[in-house]
Amino acid sequence: MNPVQGVDQAFWYILGISIVLLFGITVVMVYFVIRYRRSKNPVSSDIRDNYLLEVIWTVVPTLIALSMFYVGWTSYIGLRAVPEDAMEIEVAGQMFSWLFVYENDKETENELVVPQGEAIKLNVTSLDVVHSLYIPAFRIKVDAVKGMDTYAWFYADKIGEYDIQCTEYCGVGHSAMLAKLRIVPKAEYLKWLDEEE
Amino acid sequence: MIKTESFYDTPSPAGLTGIRAWLLTHDHKRLGLMYMWAILFWFVIAMLCGLLLRTELMSQGKTIMGPELYNSLFTLHGVIMVFLFVIPAIPAIFGNFFLPIQLGTDDVFFPRLNLFSWYLFMFGGLLALISLFSGEGFPDTGWTFYVPFSVEVNTNVSLTVMAAFTLGMSSMLTGLNFITTFHRMRDKQMGLMQIPLFTWSLYATAWVQILATPVISITLVLVVVERLFSVGLFDPDKGGDPILYQHLFWMYSHPAVYIMILPGMGVISEIIPVFSRKSIFGYKAIVWSSMGIAVAGSLVWAHHMYTSGMSDVSVFFFSLLTFLVAIPSAVKVFSWVATMYKGSIEMTPPLLLSLIFIYLFSIGGLTGLVLGAVGPDIHVHDTHFVVSHFHFVMFGGTGFAFFAALHFWWPKMFGIMYDFKKAYIGSILTAIGFLFHYIPMFILGMQGMPRRYYDYLPKYETGNFLAGFGAYLLCIGILIMFANLFMSFRQREPASSNPWGGTTLEWTVPSPPPLHNFVDKPQVMEFPYDFSEIAAQVKRGER
Repeated sequence: MNPVQGVDQAFWYILGISIVLLFGITVVMVYFVIRYRRSKNPVSSDIRDNYLLEVIWTVVPTLIALSMFYVGWTSYIGLRAVPEDAMEIEVAGQMFSWLFVYENDKETENELVVPQGEAIKLNVTSLDVVHSLYIPAFRIKVDAVKGMDTYAWFYADKIGEYDIQCTEYCGVGHSAMLAKLRIVPKAEYLKWLDEEE
Repeated sequence: MIKTESFYDTPSPAGLTGIRAWLLTHDHKRLGLMYMWAILFWFVIAMLCGLLLRTELMSQGKTIMGPELYNSLFTLHGVIMVFLFVIPAIPAIFGNFFLPIQLGTDDVFFPRLNLFSWYLFMFGGLLALISLFSGEGFPDTGWTFYVPFSVEVNTNVSLTVMAAFTLGMSSMLTGLNFITTFHRMRDKQMGLMQIPLFTWSLYATAWVQILATPVISITLVLVVVERLFSVGLFDPDKGGDPILYQHLFWMYSHPAVYIMILPGMGVISEIIPVFSRKSIFGYKAIVWSSMGIAVAGSLVWAHHMYTSGMSDVSVFFFSLLTFLVAIPSAVKVFSWVATMYKGSIEMTPPLLLSLIFIYLFSIGGLTGLVLGAVGPDIHVHDTHFVVSHFHFVMFGGTGFAFFAALHFWWPKMFGIMYDFKKAYIGSILTAIGFLFHYIPMFILGMQGMPRRYYDYLPKYETGNFLAGFGAYLLCIGILIMFANLFMSFRQREPASSNPWGGTTLEWTVPSPPPLHNFVDKPQVMEFPYDFSEIAAQVKRGER
């Protein structure tokens, strides 16, 4: 399965349950306020607790929370398990641009070009402060830290242009630290790779 | 009831009159009020910073300011809101004023230390102000002061960091005072399970304040040391580790989130029973939840760091623990709602604000589940989704609890009542503005707009415009709410000692309370939320 799907399913699973819970809490709350308003219900009942109810509303949410943890974690495994045949590209963040180095030492700034149909592994580091490489379309994000190697991968399935942004605040040019990801057909990629800069 | 002099009217001893009666006071009530004015000042400043930020973002490109100023403004907004408003607001104002009274005593255990905390708070605020207008310009690191950036920039980070250090000291000393008061000054007849929930929540908070604050204090000092002497603790060039800083920072700053929300939950646990005229549901579960949150909340800090490059094993455990810490909060929400079942509910401004709290806090908590789950968090981490999530918790939660507390205890603190109609208008407008402001940010975050962005891609413009519009509504709502409260000083409509029908000890003393809080020996009830006496008063036609 494409990791993007895994992440999105986990996202909607959690958000879906959350919306149901929120709706339930709100409706019950508003109903109580109206149903038991003082003009209609001048004398309250003295109910201080209910052991069974409290156990239920502790245990059931715990189970729901654990299931959410599980789907979140498995979708994360998808983001971490890089296919063995993945193509590797070195990425370095600097104030305020992204550098990409390909297998033949070709280097580009703020433009990442990859062939369609390949798994791409990005080996990320930083030349100065902490940055974070973010490609929303592929649900990946990883910090770029000087002196440290981190990675992320994605499956370049659809031809097109995608946004790359920096998501760790890095100074005046933080929001301008943008790059483009271009997924192109394999032949076009090979031609591009051999072009002189 | 015999007419008694309030603490305002009790003549001060010679040499402590006029302004000195305030500036040198040891009275916890006066200190609470002094905190109130200082904190409200900072709240308004930080709110205006926020408004300027959102105005800048309403259209693409430069709207009213450049990126340098923008970056400084969000740093200021964060630092002031966190250290000078949200953390101190409820404990320092209402905790100081009401914790001793709820425990049936006349002051905190260390009254002089309490005064000293206030001075530390003021001094910390002053340092923050000075840091703006001295050195190489406004600090612009964000309130998180991440290294190596915060070590490398030329702006006046050292002084801002020292301001946060000083404010941390103030917060710790207040916590120390609350714990000692809780144990040593409590009325002899009051057992642990007879303590009001607001005081319990402050007690849980105080432990976190004492145990977690030293970590940030030391860390911030290390940043200064690093800046001045280039020791190489965090700087990778010298063999340091930036991730170490992030761990140290969040080791405090995540528990700090619970320092911020627990007292707010305490406020709600007081208000809901009073206006339902019915015992809180599951008193013991709420007490245990508070303590559980304090303990478990201290063990989840690295869920801010899933993308930092730390090991996947750490990611696994921090995510698991994060989901477990959600449970006690859920138990509290269920208990509040259940409290209203078969109650006799009277709508008032504090209750309305509490209901809004429950709604907004639930959204904040539930979206926190998305962020706790590792896979989805990778996508929305450090985007507007996170900004919206924590504003729902800190502002929709703590902020609204603060407003609710103001409206709930105002008659007790000042002995006067405010106008209900304007309070409703202000509250509702604030809530609507709030939703307009933050819901678009959830969507922006899901679309991938990062936080702390001065400018953005064209596709994010609509959301940012809507959010900016909401920000204005929100601010107008808050101003109406505050203006209405301040108007009550002119109208001076007197409030009785127990205008709402509360059962905790602060409602048994006159409004405003006398200097030593109690006229007669406090009568501690078997159970703090037993409304049978109030019900009997209604039957006799006394209420």
